[in-house]
Amino acid sequence: MMEISEVARNTKLMIDGAPYTVEEVNFVKPGKGRAIYRLKLRNLFDGMAREITYHSGDRVEEVSVTSHEMQFLYEEGGHYVFMDNETFEQHTIDKKRIGPKALFLKEGITVSILIMHGRIIDVNLPKFVELAVTASAFTTKTDTVTAQQKMITLETGATVGVPAFVKEGDIIKVDTRTGTYVERTGTKK
Amino acid sequence: MAEEESARLARIKANLRRRALIHDSIRDFFRGEGFLEVDTPLLTPAVAPEAYIAPFSVNGWYLCPSPEMHMKRLLAGGYGSMFQICHCFRKGERGSLHNPEFTMLEWYRHGANYLGIIEDTERLVLHVAASLGLGTTVGYRGREIALTPPWPRVTVRQAFLSAAGWDPVSHPDEGRFDADLVDRVMPALPADRPAVLADYPAAGAAMARLKAGDPLVAERAEVFIGGLELANAYSELTDAAELEGRFRAEMERRRAEGGPDLPMPRRFLDATASLPVCGGIALGVDRLVMLFCDAASIDEVMAFPRDWA
Repeated sequence: MMEISEVARNTKLMIDGAPYTVEEVNFVKPGKGRAIYRLKLRNLFDGMAREITYHSGDRVEEVSVTSHEMQFLYEEGGHYVFMDNETFEQHTIDKKRIGPKALFLKEGITVSILIMHGRIIDVNLPKFVELAVTASAFTTKTDTVTAQQKMITLETGATVGVPAFVKEGDIIKVDTRTGTYVERTGTKK
Repeated sequence: MAEEESARLARIKANLRRRALIHDSIRDFFRGEGFLEVDTPLLTPAVAPEAYIAPFSVNGWYLCPSPEMHMKRLLAGGYGSMFQICHCFRKGERGSLHNPEFTMLEWYRHGANYLGIIEDTERLVLHVAASLGLGTTVGYRGREIALTPPWPRVTVRQAFLSAAGWDPVSHPDEGRFDADLVDRVMPALPADRPAVLADYPAAGAAMARLKAGDPLVAERAEVFIGGLELANAYSELTDAAELEGRFRAEMERRRAEGGPDLPMPRRFLDATASLPVCGGIALGVDRLVMLFCDAASIDEVMAFPRDWA
């Protein structure tokens, strides 16, 4: 256990059975009074934000969460398999646990992985990935597609709205945080 | 010099220059009042036991969390009205308004009570504003604050009844007091005027004497300007036995909170018997500088706050 006064930004805490990262500590204290710590937290499992208020003397449970660079090897039986770039150890994670980010996971890319108690709890993709367009001219009538935009499918199976000039075989850069097109970077030879 | 540090120091240079002017202006004010400037130790064998102030300990001694006890020993020695600007140290206090090492202005006026000390504060703040070339208003965080005295006074009881809906004097509830003070009472204080909260519940008397005729409250007042808790004033308690009883109670509370034991400050208690009637106050100089520099964070008015030290 750790004193609340020792908690700082980026401290990882175990609260109600889930790991959280501390994003902000707001310290308030009347001169003669009890210190109040308002923590802005993010759940490392589901990414949900949460605020909890603690008081001086409260104790919290610190948890060891480490970050590792790993290469995505392949998908097998509903699981993704990664290899630690330093130890060459392999780790697997249930496909469902990765969520929509999996749509941009290309074999061979290096990702940053959070491990707690030997278990993968989060996969952080690079901000941008470059992927090949495998199917284009996919027309749709949804409101999100403007006259200048069309939907294409990428090699990983993700669909992305792109400008009309992007065609099958092009390589495009995608922002993995928003799942949106950034630019065309080349054409597959 | 690292790039980040030099950029930071360049950014706060105007604030630190203004800070120097404010220190000069404070000294100028108290010299004009005939106060003696004193210099008491920062390294001390005992501190005033307080439940929620944690001192740093150094080889069995302590870094001073407040110069109060030494200054009162000087008062007991017949030194008369005095002031001091010094560093104070409080473990674990770190936030946008706190740094574990900070600057305190403390003064004592012989023969005064807490309300007399609040009047000193009104004149001091106006004096500082004038010496910076400001009029009687200061702009802070997008608000114009009129500094003209008298600043509105409200009792703690009234302030809590109207902002939090309960009376902390007749129904003391320490568990709720601090949170409601911060979340309800302080935000309800006037934004365009300094405010004085007076007459704290006896449980929060610290070293203030209880009010004659209303012993449920203490002659303690706090000054708030622009959302900053700026200063804490007392009619000083001169009864050594009562003080020792309060210290024991604070030590019990510390123990209950799991804090380390502190020695009883004997020399101070012995001197209290000779302490003349006086009023005193501790004012956070960094926060005063924040006010006059329109700074949102204490880091903007300190050369090297904790994370840069």
